[in-house]
Amino acid sequence: MSEILTKSRARNVFYGGSIFFVLVFVALTAQSHRHITQTATAGMELTDEVRHGKHVWERHSCINCHTLHGEGAYFAPELGNVMTRWGAAEDPELAYEILDGWMKAQPSGIEGRRQMPFFEITDEEMRALAEFLRWADQTDTQGWPPNDAG
Amino acid sequence: MKYQSQKVAYAYFLVAMALFGIQVLGGLLAGWIYVAPNTLSEVLPFNVVRMIHTNALIVWLLLGFFGAAYYLVPEESEREIFSVKLAYIQLAILVIGTLGAVVSYLAGIHGGREFLEQPLWVKFGILVAAVIFLVNVSLTFLAGRKTAVTNILMMGLWLLCLLWVFAFINPDNLSLDKMYWWMVVHLWVEATWELVMAAILGFLMLKLTGVDREVIEKWLYVIVATALFSGILGTGHHFYWIGTPGYWQWIGSIFSTFEVVPFFAMMSFAFVMVWKGRKNHPNKAALLWSLGSSTVAFFGAGVWGFLHTLHGVNFYTHGTQITAAHGHLAFYGAYVALNLAMFSYAMPVLRNRAPYNQVLNMASFWLMTGGMAFMTFTLTFAGTIQTHMQRIVGDYYMDVQDQLGLFYLMRFGSGVAVVLGALLFIYSMLAVRREVIKPGPVAVPGE
Ligand code: HEM
Ligand code: HEM
Ligand SMILES: [Fe+2]
Repeated sequence: MSEILTKSRARNVFYGGSIFFVLVFVALTAQSHRHITQTATAGMELTDEVRHGKHVWERHSCINCHTLHGEGAYFAPELGNVMTRWGAAEDPELAYEILDGWMKAQPSGIEGRRQMPFFEITDEEMRALAEFLRWADQTDTQGWPPNDAG
Repeated sequence: MKYQSQKVAYAYFLVAMALFGIQVLGGLLAGWIYVAPNTLSEVLPFNVVRMIHTNALIVWLLLGFFGAAYYLVPEESEREIFSVKLAYIQLAILVIGTLGAVVSYLAGIHGGREFLEQPLWVKFGILVAAVIFLVNVSLTFLAGRKTAVTNILMMGLWLLCLLWVFAFINPDNLSLDKMYWWMVVHLWVEATWELVMAAILGFLMLKLTGVDREVIEKWLYVIVATALFSGILGTGHHFYWIGTPGYWQWIGSIFSTFEVVPFFAMMSFAFVMVWKGRKNHPNKAALLWSLGSSTVAFFGAGVWGFLHTLHGVNFYTHGTQITAAHGHLAFYGAYVALNLAMFSYAMPVLRNRAPYNQVLNMASFWLMTGGMAFMTFTLTFAGTIQTHMQRIVGDYYMDVQDQLGLFYLMRFGSGVAVVLGALLFIYSMLAVRREVIKPGPVAVPGE
């Protein structure tokens, strides 16, 4: 190995190869960007309400207990398909009502059960959050999760 | 210490160790909440504890890297750091930003992207600190001798700072948000940080084993080449189920499988160098941490990463306790233990004395490593049961979690061992004592 692979050769392979893989990666990322906006998430319009809902989701750091499309914390259930689980994926009004009822019942205070905090959320924000979760639910995630349990 | 300005590393290491303490205490509390879920639930909910745990981890590892750079760049470049003052200003900004972030988390003010929850002003502070750092080290590097160690270190540090830009990019489209989020998270730990790891490990091997520089540097280029060739497209293992195209299932599976190679190479590198090297360096603790780091990184990142990286497996394990098991052992082996190796090596030099408290230090290695390994096993068992019951049988999440109490109790127990190990490590670094045990006589070569 020592004669064929000199230090400067190894270095050049490293630099050249890395540039090659970065270029391939950038191209695939651009293609994936287009796929996301035009195909995978095109099933429902990205309205101002959905955007607002995402901000509500972020402000309360829901991701540090729940997973969303399988990413986040593992302390609480998957929410990427929660609207499907509730049978509310196609029904904005039902989605809002169930979510509102759920959020207002927290924390449960049940001894020995994981607690979800109570969040100060206005009606308008709650509707936005429900729309955001409906929007996330309709994403084409290549068939994941395996079942409604999430 | 050959160069006076290396001393700034001392301050970085002290702050890093303090945050390490906070990190593991936060982890212990999070682990306790799994066991007794009503603990503090109204004052300090789980999500806040978790943010403190993960953010403290990332910040202290970065502080460790910065400190390591300030320590080794002068020695490799054979000159003083461009500006010691800038280095302290950078540290001050990072400390203020960190304290600010913790206070605002406790007050309920935070962003909502995992690991990137810092308020915007803190993110900017980090950006400013990164720029100061890059200017400071680059000017030192450019003016002096260039070696493979510093080439690779500088490249890793530049790229990881540049990737921080993605922390500011948060598209309204959730799937886009997720895709760009990984450009920080994955391309840090599985690309740019690996370059930093290889460089620091290379430096430690140079110092501890006395193997010829030419040999070490060639290894380094081969290691980092395999890291980037696999790690960049390996990002695809996070693009299976988030709205990205289906072809990532193949690209991600194939390239991320090759990500095992650089970790295997780093482990082999460390052992081969120690075997070849004839130097009997007195700092045995630093040597133990260096070998331990590359070995545990191979298991945590390589073996536990491969365990769930093929898309057919990941379909079922995605986002379960299996992920948490892997995250813990990988971070611990690759980056925690590596930083502790550097601290163990550099602290005696920075304090101008012979290596001290080595027995305590090595005991802390076994306590921490044993604790993390046990934690990984318990989480892997919990995750296997979870995967089966929830993903295959289809039982509801909360019902499944109710079955896993025993594993979470054992995870807490292993967390206690880790915390004790961490405190023992910090003590062994700070409190200078006489050795607990006298070293035996040095064997005469050829005897
Ligand atoms: C006292 C020891 C520790 C305990 C008890 C502990 C516990 C925890 C808990 C309960 C979580 C949240 C998991 C969830 O979302 O459900 C977590 C997350 C995490 N911890 Fe620890 N931890 C400890 C030490 C460490 C150490 C030493 C590291 C670094 C090597 C670390 C790195 C992480 C990371 C990266 C995450 C996020 C994992 C992910 O998102 O997959 N922890 N930890
Ligand atoms: C030192 C290097 C590494 C570190 C620190 C690390 C850390 C992590 C962490 C913290 C996560 C969870 C992210 C989240 O919160 O969602 C994760 C996920 C993952 N890692 Fe790694 N990792 C490393 C190397 C690897 C390698 C080499 C492989 C493959 C061979 C791998 C495969 C994976 C996979 C497939 C996931 C996604 C798990 C899921 O679907 O839930 N990792 N890693
Ligand atoms: Fe990854």
